Amino acid sequence: MEALLALVIGVLVACGLYLMLRRELLRFIFGLMMLSNAVNLLILTAGRLTKGEAPIVPVGAQTVSGVANPLPQALVLTAIVIGFGLIAFALALLLKSYKALGTLDTEDLALLDDSDSDAAKAQGGI
Amino acid sequence: MSWLIVTPIVLPLATAAVFLLLRRNLAWQRWLSVLSGSLLLLTSVALLLQVYQGDILVMQSGNWSAPFGITLVADTLSAIMVLINGIMALVVALYSLRDIETKLEALGYHALYQVLLAGINGAFLTGDLFNLYVWFEVLLIASFVLLTLGASRAELKGGLHYVLINLLASMLFLAGVGVTYGLTGTLNMADVAGKLSTLPAGLVSVVAMLFLIAFGIKAAVFPLFFWLPASYHTPPVAVSAIFAAMLTKVGVYALIRSFTLIFTQDVAYTHTLLLIISALTMLSGVLGAAAQTDIRKILSFHIISQIGYMVMGLALFSPLGLIGAVFYLVHHIIVKANLFLISGLIKREGGSFDLAYLGGLYQRKPLLAVLFLIPAFSLAGFPPLSGFWAKFIVIRAGLEAGQYLVVAVSLVVGLLTIYSMTKIWQAAFWGKEQKTLNPKPGSLRGLYIPVASLALLTVLIGLWSQPFFDLAERAASELLEPSGYIEAVLKPGGAE
Repeated sequence: MEALLALVIGVLVACGLYLMLRRELLRFIFGLMMLSNAVNLLILTAGRLTKGEAPIVPVGAQTVSGVANPLPQALVLTAIVIGFGLIAFALALLLKSYKALGTLDTEDLALLDDSDSDAAKAQGGI
Repeated sequence: MSWLIVTPIVLPLATAAVFLLLRRNLAWQRWLSVLSGSLLLLTSVALLLQVYQGDILVMQSGNWSAPFGITLVADTLSAIMVLINGIMALVVALYSLRDIETKLEALGYHALYQVLLAGINGAFLTGDLFNLYVWFEVLLIASFVLLTLGASRAELKGGLHYVLINLLASMLFLAGVGVTYGLTGTLNMADVAGKLSTLPAGLVSVVAMLFLIAFGIKAAVFPLFFWLPASYHTPPVAVSAIFAAMLTKVGVYALIRSFTLIFTQDVAYTHTLLLIISALTMLSGVLGAAAQTDIRKILSFHIISQIGYMVMGLALFSPLGLIGAVFYLVHHIIVKANLFLISGLIKREGGSFDLAYLGGLYQRKPLLAVLFLIPAFSLAGFPPLSGFWAKFIVIRAGLEAGQYLVVAVSLVVGLLTIYSMTKIWQAAFWGKEQKTLNPKPGSLRGLYIPVASLALLTVLIGLWSQPFFDLAERAASELLEPSGYIEAVLKPGGAE
């Protein structure tokens, strides 16, 4: 089962990186989302996939056996939430940049003149 | 006193929460920011004193014993970094009072600044790899918003570079954490350090390289630094200053922690790689700076170049090398922040950041000229300022280790640094005054005070460097002997 998931992770990373190398920045974000999913799967698989009960210790018991590993689940949850916040910000940034700069194509962005004009410098822009 | 180790993280977070409650009241936010910075500085001094007089401070959060819970660890290096963060917090908060426009303050600048400080302190104090990832993300998201707060074209474009590359770095870091967990079954740094020696060397190298790349992107080493000159010159000067001072140094701290505590199994491979990287970083940074005309872009490239010196100290992996790395960290944080703050003053007094439009500031503002000379000479390594000692220790360590090529590179880079600083001096201070600009009027005394205090600190470290050297020596000896750290974290009943 881990081998299959490792293959899936590999495919996701490959697709994610392919998208991240595209010209349009929105595809970069899609690629980042795929990479994020791949890494989350990696963490889950690293915790070893076992068929187990929910990791809840019954009242009064000192230990419990036959339960799933709770730590990778906690790690992946945290990673998903953090990733969600970051991607939300990145999308908002892309939207704002598109409105301000007019393009999200990396080739055009590289040639974009974003520096203050000399007149703006004279007036003391940011 | 376990609360002492949590306060540097909780205090800025609580202040940020208070600022969000005080959203309309900007005057309160400004002064509470200074108050919080002062309290943070006092707490970090107390923390350093406690660590210096006693042992490594450890706190197991939630009373879960290591390695099952999250440990907060303050050894000498962490305490030094928290202290320097406290100093920077206060100084930049003072500078922000006058520098940041009301429009940005209304958007929540002060709350974001406090969250940034909390994330930085968290990254310095944590002893758990996943917790390190969390604190990295906290400081990252705060820096994303601070970088693009003004939403000018330059900020948005620079922000795109910064955001996208750092998101990739986060993913790589998380992948490394996942593989580490799969290999060792634990995420506590001290525990991982113990368990990695039993694993096959190839697997450990994979993890080490993942961490090297992830932290290398954060620390802006060659060839991962290209996001820095694309973005650091765009935000307001106070934001640039705190970024330049602290954010890359969190990456360097993470590199130092990983490659002295965790990945010491194959030093011939990893640290030789780090040495080559450091030489290329030094060179590419300073050569990039030589081509620029915008003061902030020159300074951004110099950040990269000086990071090379710190990584060189780490790569040499000798006591003197690590002393050099720690000393250089402290020296450079102070000097780089000071130079960025001075660039803001140059903009206000001279009218522009671009060297082609500046001139004659020496006659009009001689105090600014002197205040520029101190950090500029310190950066270049002139005695008796702090930069001289920092470079001297690192170069001496290189000579003792027999790495003559890297030492030669670092000396050449020092010369080229002088060239850059002289270029700024000549164009901005000595040239003929350009009549076409309107410098911003108004009293700038509020801006001169933080700059002067940082300059004073640079002179102090330069003239009275023995105590700082002793502190760095203690940090380096703790780093080279990780058993002290591991034992402090993992000993049973260590929770308080």
